[in-house]
Parts: sequence; C-alpha cells; structure tokens
Amino acid sequence: MNDKKLIVTGLVIFLIIVLFPFWYNRGRAVPPPEVKLTEQAKAAKECVLSKDYMRSEHMQLLDLWRESVVREADRIYTNPKGKQFVMSLSNTCLDCHSNKADFCDKCHNYASVRPYCWDCHIDNPKENS
Amino acid sequence: MDTSRRRVLQLLGLSAAALSAPPVFNALAKEAHEPAAAPQIGPSKEALTAKQWAMVIDTPKFKSEKDVEPLVEACHKIHNVPHWDEKRWEIKWLWATHYEHAFTGTVSRRFVAEEVQHRPFLVLCNHCENPPCVRACPTKATFKRPEDGIVMMDFHRCIGCRFCMAACPFGARSFNYRDPRPALKYTNKQFPTRMKGVVEKCSFCVERLAEGKMPACVEASEGKLTFGDLFDEKSKVRELIKTHYTIRRKVNLGTEPAVYYIV
Repeated sequence: MNDKKLIVTGLVIFLIIVLFPFWYNRGRAVPPPEVKLTEQAKAAKECVLSKDYMRSEHMQLLDLWRESVVREADRIYTNPKGKQFVMSLSNTCLDCHSNKADFCDKCHNYASVRPYCWDCHIDNPKENS
Repeated sequence: MDTSRRRVLQLLGLSAAALSAPPVFNALAKEAHEPAAAPQIGPSKEALTAKQWAMVIDTPKFKSEKDVEPLVEACHKIHNVPHWDEKRWEIKWLWATHYEHAFTGTVSRRFVAEEVQHRPFLVLCNHCENPPCVRACPTKATFKRPEDGIVMMDFHRCIGCRFCMAACPFGARSFNYRDPRPALKYTNKQFPTRMKGVVEKCSFCVERLAEGKMPACVEASEGKLTFGDLFDEKSKVRELIKTHYTIRRKVNLGTEPAVYYIV
C-alpha cells in the first residue's frame, strides 16, 4: 500500500467531479415555474377538477379520457359539480389552455418531462390569441 | 442474547399492529386526495348508434373521377390526411380504383361492360364483421368496437409493425413512413394529425357520428352513398340492399365487409 496518496487524490478528484452539480448550484434555488393562464381559462375559474388535482394528476385524467373516448365510445365527462365536458385534448383542454409555451411547457421543462401529445394533437385549435 | 417469552410476545404484538397500519394510512390519504363525488362518464346524447354500421355505394351514379374527387377531398381534409407525391409514402383513407382491381377474385373480369370498366369504384376500409387486421395486431391498437362494429385504431398504441397492413386484403391501411405534417395541404386543427411510424385508415368518421353527423364522404356525396345500420331491418342501407343487386369486395375470404356496391 505505497500508493495511498495517489488513491486518496484520485478519490477526491472523483468525488469533486461526481458532486459537481451539487456544489456548483449550492445556495441557488431555481424558481418554480409560473404558468400564465389565458383569459378564457381565468374566466372559467376552475378546470375540469380542482386546481391541485389537475396540477398533479392531469396525466391520469388524460389517460382515462383517452381510454373512454377511443375504446368505450364515451365522450362526455361530468365532473363532481355536475358540469359537462367533451373529453377531447385537442378541443377541450387545448382550446382553453391555448398558450402551450406559457402553460404546458413551463412545468414540463421544469420537471424535465417530454410528453409527445403535440406530435399529433394540434395546439390552440381555434386560434385564440 | 437472552430473549424472554414476554419479549417475543411483545414483538409479535407490535408487528401485528404495524401490519395493520398501511391500510389505515391509505384510507386517510385517499379521502384527502380524491374529489368528493365521483365524476361520471357517458356517451353524448346526440350520438348516432347502430349495431353494425354499413355503407352502400351507388356506383352507377359515379361517372368519372370528377364525381369521386369531392368525396375524397372532404374526407382527407377533415382528417388531416397528408398528400405525398411519392407513391410509396402515399396515405389513403378513401380513394377510387377500377372494377377489376376492386373485385379481384369475386367477379368475372374477363369481358366486362365497357361502362363498368371505366367507372370509378370508391374503396375504403370495409369495417369487416370479421376483421383480419384486428387478429393480426399485437398491441390491440386496432380493434372492432363492440358498440357499433367500427374497426377502429388507437393511434396511441400503434407500434408501427404493419402486421395489419399485411393482413388486410383490401389495402385499406397506410403507413406513415415520414412525419405527415409537412405534407398536409390543409390542417383541421380540431382533429389530430398522426406521427411517423403509425398506421392509419378510414374510421367511418367516429368523431362525426358521436356528434350526430353522417360521415364526411356520405355528406359530400349528395345521395350517392348511403350509411346506416346493417342489422336494423328498417334502415336505409337494408332497404337499398333489399331492392338492388349489390356486391362486396372479396367475400370469398370470409371477412364479411360492411361496404356494399350497387353495380
């Protein structure tokens, strides 16, 4: 064991490199994304379900909608408050949330998720500004 | 280590208590998370329904390609079907072909009335009662809808293996060899496009039926096409089949196509 110095130096360098993201970003917090709502979304006040639920579970809801519409031929969703929605990502969700860059992308980029919904579904179907 | 009988019993009791904890926690967590009343899911009220949708095509009314074009246009326009000049990338939902190609193996093609030979025959997915594409699909991306017999595609699930294309005897399915978006002539923003690597075909306009509208080609045909329930004896489709001589494509294969041709 004559290489003790070499090994320890190597280990230290290794640790510095591996922990680079931690010490480089220390003390800095990336601000959480701030989503902008469209006028239409603001006026509606509430989404299909509560804001908290939509924020964390909208993908589950979309999955359920897709399954119902495509496979079961059921297209109408009645929320707990009795309001009815046509289950359509293109025509219901993206109609109200027609600002993909300021709404969807904000959180998706922050969380580093890349959903491929927009490969097929077209953003802003009615061309609201 | 000394372990008394008392200690062992205590531990056992504690473990049993711990085991019962998760369900209690889960129940508590659930109540806080889920919305109070259960949401409801159902069909739309204006939706048109049938046991097996079928189409009757009155072919003598189609004199030339000109009569076919508006129908194809209507279909491809609303469904964002791309138009490629390159033949091998072609995507088709509804198109015209010649008599001898449409009815191979079904009818005598040796000597045919000249008028019939030049008549354009509209072809599309036959929405077979016994669809071979559905059996071939390894992911159940294509399936026969039990409610109304439409052979549908779930583009989300399609992995692009093209088994269905090999299985379909009518060539009704097309594969997106490239991203279809650059090849769109018009974009209907209300309807999704497809992506590269996905198979697509006619859907008998499910999205229009759900809104109580007839398929786009039927609407554009001005009575040359008739759409209705094959299993309803009083439907228009059955009325036409009863009163006219009709043929179907490749019936000898036993797929039971739901598109009937008056010749």
